[in-house]
Order: sequence, then C-alpha cells, then structure tokens
Amino acid sequence: MGVSATAQPRVGLFVTCLVDFIRPTVGFAAVKLIEQAGCSVEVPRQACCGQPAFNSGDRATTREIAEQVIATFAPYDYVVAPSGSCAGMLKVHYPELFHGDPNWLPRAEAFAAKTHELISFLVDVRGVKRVDAAFAGSVTYHDSCSGLRELGVHAQPRALLASVRGLELAELRDADVCCGFGGTFCVKYPEISATIVGKKVANVAASGAGTLLAGDLGCLMNIAGKLQREGSQVRVRHVAEVLAGMADGASIGEKGEP
Amino acid sequence: MSSREVVLGSIRRSLGVSGREAPRRQAVADRLAHHPRGLVPERGQRPPAERLEVFRQMVEAAAGTVAKLPRAEDVPAAVAAFLRAHNLPMAVRRGDDPRLAGLPWERAGALEVTTGASDGHQLVAVSHAFGGVAETGTLILLSGRDNPTTLNFLPDTHIVVVEARDVAGDYETVLARLREKFGAGEMPRTVNMITGPSRSADIEQMLILGAHGPRRLHVLVVGEA
Amino acid sequence: MSEIVTSPAFKENARAALADVDLQQALKSVEVNFIAKRRASADKLPEFEALRDAARDIKDHTLAHLDLYLEAYEQRLTAAGGQIHYAVSAEEARAIILGICRKVDAKTVTKGKSMVGEEIAINAHLESHGITPVETDLGEYLIQIRGELPSHIIAPAVHLTKAQIEADFRRVHTHLPADRNLEEHTTLLAEARAVLRERFLAADVGITGANFLVAETGSSIIVTNEGNGDLSQTLPKIHIVLATIEKLVPTLEDASQILRVLARSATGQEMSVYTTISTGPRRPDDPDGPGEYHVVILDNGRSSMLGGDFQDMLRCIRCGACMNHCPVYHAVGGHAYGWVYPGPMGAVLTPSLIGVDKAGHLPNASTFCGRCEAVCPVRIPLPRMMRRWREREFERHLQPATMRYGLAVWAFLAKRPRLYALATSAAAFGLGWLGRAKGRFRSLPLAGGWTRHRDFPAPEQRTFQAQWRGRKRR
Repeated sequence: MGVSATAQPRVGLFVTCLVDFIRPTVGFAAVKLIEQAGCSVEVPRQACCGQPAFNSGDRATTREIAEQVIATFAPYDYVVAPSGSCAGMLKVHYPELFHGDPNWLPRAEAFAAKTHELISFLVDVRGVKRVDAAFAGSVTYHDSCSGLRELGVHAQPRALLASVRGLELAELRDADVCCGFGGTFCVKYPEISATIVGKKVANVAASGAGTLLAGDLGCLMNIAGKLQREGSQVRVRHVAEVLAGMADGASIGEKGEP
Repeated sequence: MSSREVVLGSIRRSLGVSGREAPRRQAVADRLAHHPRGLVPERGQRPPAERLEVFRQMVEAAAGTVAKLPRAEDVPAAVAAFLRAHNLPMAVRRGDDPRLAGLPWERAGALEVTTGASDGHQLVAVSHAFGGVAETGTLILLSGRDNPTTLNFLPDTHIVVVEARDVAGDYETVLARLREKFGAGEMPRTVNMITGPSRSADIEQMLILGAHGPRRLHVLVVGEA
Repeated sequence: MSEIVTSPAFKENARAALADVDLQQALKSVEVNFIAKRRASADKLPEFEALRDAARDIKDHTLAHLDLYLEAYEQRLTAAGGQIHYAVSAEEARAIILGICRKVDAKTVTKGKSMVGEEIAINAHLESHGITPVETDLGEYLIQIRGELPSHIIAPAVHLTKAQIEADFRRVHTHLPADRNLEEHTTLLAEARAVLRERFLAADVGITGANFLVAETGSSIIVTNEGNGDLSQTLPKIHIVLATIEKLVPTLEDASQILRVLARSATGQEMSVYTTISTGPRRPDDPDGPGEYHVVILDNGRSSMLGGDFQDMLRCIRCGACMNHCPVYHAVGGHAYGWVYPGPMGAVLTPSLIGVDKAGHLPNASTFCGRCEAVCPVRIPLPRMMRRWREREFERHLQPATMRYGLAVWAFLAKRPRLYALATSAAAFGLGWLGRAKGRFRSLPLAGGWTRHRDFPAPEQRTFQAQWRGRKRR
C-alpha cells in the first residue's frame, strides 16, 4: 500500500451511480466524514460497479466493468463507497468474477482488501468513535441487506449515531428485513416489491421516528418513495448526511435544496 | 443397461471418477468403519447427576412429563398413580420385555396388564426404553417382541421406563451401545427416537398435542445414574 | 407432472396471491412464528454455528463419494432383507411403486409426507390405476382433499386458514354429523386423527420419504412430529421408502450431526418428536412392522447436478428455513412458485428439475437479500446459485427483449465513464429541472413499475461528479 507524501491515506471515493445521479449530498457527506477521519479524498472518473449486469446474468459485461474499476482505483490506499450494496459488489463479488484467472484474481483480491463500505471504514478501519454533529429529533435505522449480511455493517452506524448530539434512535422492528428494492427486482416484480416495502413503511411508522436512515440509496429511494406515496411525513436520509452534520436541507424526494 | 448402472454411471461421470480410485475407496471404508463422532454440544457432556437433570428439563420442554423412581419395583404403582391422576382406565399394554415382565404388577391394585402389540384399541402402553439422550430429552426404543413398535404410536398415552444409567448425554453414546448390542452395521427393524408426545402445527401454526401418536408421554426414570 | 407446472405464470400467480385475503392472513404467521422459534433454539445452543459447518462438510464429503456410499448402502440394505429399486426418472419411480402395490393387490396406500412423492406426482398415478393414496400428515391431508400442491416443504398447508379447513372437512367428511363442532383447532385435529386412524389400520402399503439414508447400516431415517410416518410404515404389510440419491449420509454419527441442525432450523424444536431409523422388513420374531421393505432410490436429474454449478444445492436437507426467512415467499406464499418446491431452495432446485425455460422467473424473483443463505443449516449459497441461473438465462437469451436492450444500452455507457458522465449529467439536469417544484415524481415514463407504487425522487440537477470537478477547478 503506497504511503502518500502527507502520510495521509489516499482514499478513492466510489461514489456509486445512485448517489452521483440522484443525491450528490451523500457524496459530499462521505467526503467530509472521510477527511475528518484523517484521509485525503479523490474522485476518479467513474460510472457503475456493474451490479445491474451482474444480477441480470451478464457476466462478461460485469467483468469488463470490474476490470475498469479495479484499474481506475489502483492508485489509492483505500476505496470507500457510501453503500453496502456497491461495496459488497466490489469487495465480495469482484473476486468471484475472476475465480481461476491467475492474472486478474490477485488484483481483484487486493482491490477487495482495500475496499470498504463508508461507515464500517470510519469505525473499523479508521477507529472513529464519535462524530461532531447534531441532529434534533428521533431517527430509526434500516439495515440494508448487503451491508448487513455481506459486510457485517450493523453496530458501526449505531455507534456513530449515538454520538450525534440531540439524536434519539428508535429501533425499527424487522430492521434486518429487506425493503423490497433488490435493484432490477423492483421493476421486474413491482407488485411483490411494493408489498415488501409496504411492510417496511408500516414498521417505520410504528417506530414513531421522524426520520428514517440507512446506508444505501437504493433502499432509501424505495422506502422514501413509498412513504411519500402514502402521504407520510417521515423524512428519509442517508446515514452519512446525519453523521456529517449535513441534514439541514431537503430530505430524499423532498422539495428544496438538499 | 440397468437403471442402477445408469444412475451410478451418471454420478461418476459428473464427479469425473471411475469408482475404482483407491484413495476414495479408502476414505469411504475408513469413515464407515470408524464412524467418527462429530461435534457434541457441551449440553450433552455433563456429569451423570447433572445429565439426568438436563434430561428431565428437556423432556418437559418437549411437553413430556418425568418421574424419578428409586427402584424398578416402584414402576407398577407409579403407573397406576399416573393413570388415576389423569382419570384414565386402569389398563395397560406392554411387550415381553423381562425388565417389565418381572415387575410386581400385582402391587398396582386393580391395574389390568395385557401383553403384545397394539391393534389400536389400547389407551395406554408401557414400554421399556433402550436408553435416553439428555441433550434433547430423547428416548430410544427398539422394535421387537419386548417392546412392539405399535405401542409407541397407537395408544393415547405412552409411559416409558428408562433406567437412569441408560440415560446418556448425547446420541453418539447410545449409538455406540447399539453397535455393541447388534454388531457393526446391524440394526433392529426400527429404532424410535422419541422426544415428547405427538403434535401438529399444521392448522394455522397452532401447536396441538396428539396428532396421530400419543397425546401424553410420561417417562419413569429408574434408579441412579 | 408437467400439467401442474405453473412456474412460467409466476407473475400472474403472484398477483393472484397478493390479492388473496385468506392467503395473506395465513402468511403472517410464517413471517413471525418460524423466524422467532428458529432464532430462540439457535440461541440456546452455543455450538449451533459450528454444527452448521459440520453438517455442510458431511454433505460435501458424501456428495464427493456418492457412488461409493450408494454401493455401501445398497449392500447393507440388501443384507438386512430390504429391496432396492433404482429409478432414473420420475416415470420409472412411479412404475416401480405401482408394481409393488399391484403385487399385493393394494387398495389403499397410506403416505407419510414426502416432497419426492409430490415431485413424481405419485398420488395421481396410483389413483389413475385404481389405488387410493391417503396422505396422513395433517397438512398433506388438507391439501390432498383440496387437490392442491404443498405451499411449504415442511408445512404444506400453511396457506390455509381454520375457516377454510372447516369448510373442507364438512365437504369431505360427509359421514359425520352435520351439526358437529369444528370451530376449534383441537376439534379439527381430533376429526382428522379419527378419520385417518381408520385409514392407517386398513392400508395395504405405506409409503414414506426419507430424511436420510445411512450407508453404514442400510437404514432410512424419517423425521416427523405427528407420528403419521411411523403408522404408515409400521401397520401395512409393505413399507416403500421413496428417496433421492442425495439423501445419503455415511454413518449414524453423521446423521446425528445433521439432526442437530435440522429441527432447530425448521420448526425451532430441539429435536423433532419422532426420528425413526428403519432397517429392512420385520424380523422373524417381531410382532409388528412391515413384511417387506422396499427403497425406491430416485435420481431424476440430480446426478447431473454433481460436479457443476448447482452441486451445493444437493446439500439441502429440506428444513424450509430459507422460505421461512424470504421476503418474497412471505409476500406471495408457496403456490405462486408454480411447482413442488417454493421459496429460495425452489428457486434454485426447480430450474434444475423442470428446466430454466419453464422456471426462469423463480431465480429472478429474488431481491438477493441473502437472508436465506444466512439461515441455511448447510450453508447453501442460494443467492449465488440464483444468479448462476440468471447467467444461464442470459446466455440462452431467455430474458425479455426489453430487458436485454435496456441492459445493453446501460452497459455501453457504463463501460465509457466520460460518455456516462455526459449522459447522466444531461439526464440529471432534465429530471432535476422537471422535478424541482415537488422534489419528486408521481409518474415517470419508462418507470411505471416504480411509480405505480411509489414516488421517485428528483435528482439534484447536477451530478456529484460534475459538482466535484467544478469545485476542484475553482
């Protein structure tokens, strides 16, 4: 791992296509948090991690994309993504793609080893124990599937949220149950997806919290969209927005500047 | 080609083997000959006195009941007392097990004791278990004249006598005793491992006892561990 | 069996299931009960996770030596006086079973619960030849009198409510007084017990499945809670075991290891009520038990799964934990899957058995949430294998054309980050501008699947990468 001149680890931010396109605020929140954790952040030109192709069975395209991503992020000490799903793709599934390839497998494995989901990077790699942020109100937290089950992200966001001044965490019933997003699943099987997210928003409402947080924009858009369709006043944000103290603007799907 | 050859041939083709590989044959022969024990939970490895307590707790957790009797001679009276307490007719069916046949049934008062398999008309059966397993409160019963298998299932109430010293911590200990009794690779027609009374949760997941088998299972643990 | 496959209509099935009030009511209990019970029993056993590893390893070892264990099993089984019949296909298995039944001129056959029996549709076959099969597991009996497939591999009638069962009993048990009370769960069970007890005592042949076949002793093992499997095999003259090749385990110790995770994963019991090891026919001196013991050992496509992408699926011990924890199963129930095996295990196994062209929806109808793999007692990587099926479909161009073209356009851009940035910048600007007033959309062209059920957030007009590069230049 290269050590940069300033001795600050260089982090390549993997923005994720949803954050890039829908909610850049999450990207800036991630940058702020990573910098606060003593790293420098760079954002090389990038597109997508390849999940849409991967989960649609197009392995060849996925590999091409993966090779590109691995090459793009080669210069950095760490690769950090504000998404359990995309980080899981980079960290868990990229090495699978190159199984049996003597040239690419070691590169994919080295890449996987330096890649982290944002919140677990802060807590597990950088040893961050608290953040300097305030949030007035109660929140509840949804554990996104890939982050939880592929990467073990569970305690880390809760630990950091506990350090946010004024924030109250109300645990969500069935927090570990899928929200029904599932990438292309939600458009291939819309009725089933809608039923699953319907259960999720009922639990969100039952939690009594004013804001729902999670670590994955796909899930957040799904849950926010369903809450808003049902006329709920519960706001939805990426957990990084709150931890970075950038949760003053409009929430996901809300009118106004984020 | 017979279906047997087709199936075996297809398995071998898929696995890329011939079936004649010495290391594979050795691995299989070794495992069958030595039947290595796997992981035995700590709960199944307690010292004898504690083991009986675990056994009792686990039988009760499975909705069975347990009574401890100091001596085998106490069994007939305990059976009679159980029947009275549950308002059951004073009649039981048992097999030819000498450990049951030799008991002083006359001390149980008006208890009618018949022997043989069940044809479905008996309400209460008394069996003698080959052993018990503490880790899950499981009884092990063997088929045969001594304890006909139908007695385990057809009567409404099943009373099972087990000697305290035959209650092992784990399944593996009882399996070793089975091998000792019948020889390696040999088994009686049926080995019943019974954990609590019959039940079903097939109607709206509501658990109800007595689906097809006994609705009551009462265990008499005799003697000291 | 092909006439009952409705897997190609998964979408329509699912829609009907979502609109079925009784079904949705019944599914609620799956979501709550099974999960809590499994969790509680796993928590009570500190060695549970290590036992899952052990169970996986035993299955892997057995599959890698399956030919030899099968030969060893056959040898012990025959030595114990049992008869073994190999069946390559479902058709062959049906013919063998019918042949055994005919030899004794069987009128009635009682059946213990067997998913393989469902797989080969043995009941219909026997009926069409004048033999009456009677399912004796309460859940299987309920679906038999309704003419349905099981909706769950361990709780076949989990989709039914008490009221539906009462109506079925009144319809079928016409010999009983019409004014009888059937309002309680207990009275329903008592009636089924009484009706089936008569059938047990009258049966000529009993058919059961097997949870394990033990090579060391030539035994079959079944695990039940009701005791019906035992009455099915003990009372008739003939016991037929119907089992598939992957049920083999080497030794009784190996079976014990797997038993320690089976019931806990399935119902949350420490151990099922009846675990029965059967070896051969009754012995000369036995007062009860079957006079003949036959094992029909079925392949039906499984041997070709060995050594390939789907071998791990053959570890499955049919506990049902994957479906108990599946959000899609919770939403649509088992019948939507359109054949015998529902839920995540069905999504992997069904395409292997009936073809991915028919069962293609099943591995697609998953969010890849990974909860199935997280609870599988033998650690089958179910999501990974569903993805394998999607790869097969992609290779064979089995997916809808719209999806393939959409993916191709996306892939073209995703492989060209500069072009991608231009395209997303333009789209973000356009959508962001259109959505600026409300912050979200209630409908969007080409996104009807999304916006029929939920709003779509308006983007922030400038992508993160555009903003970032703008800031850096400043």
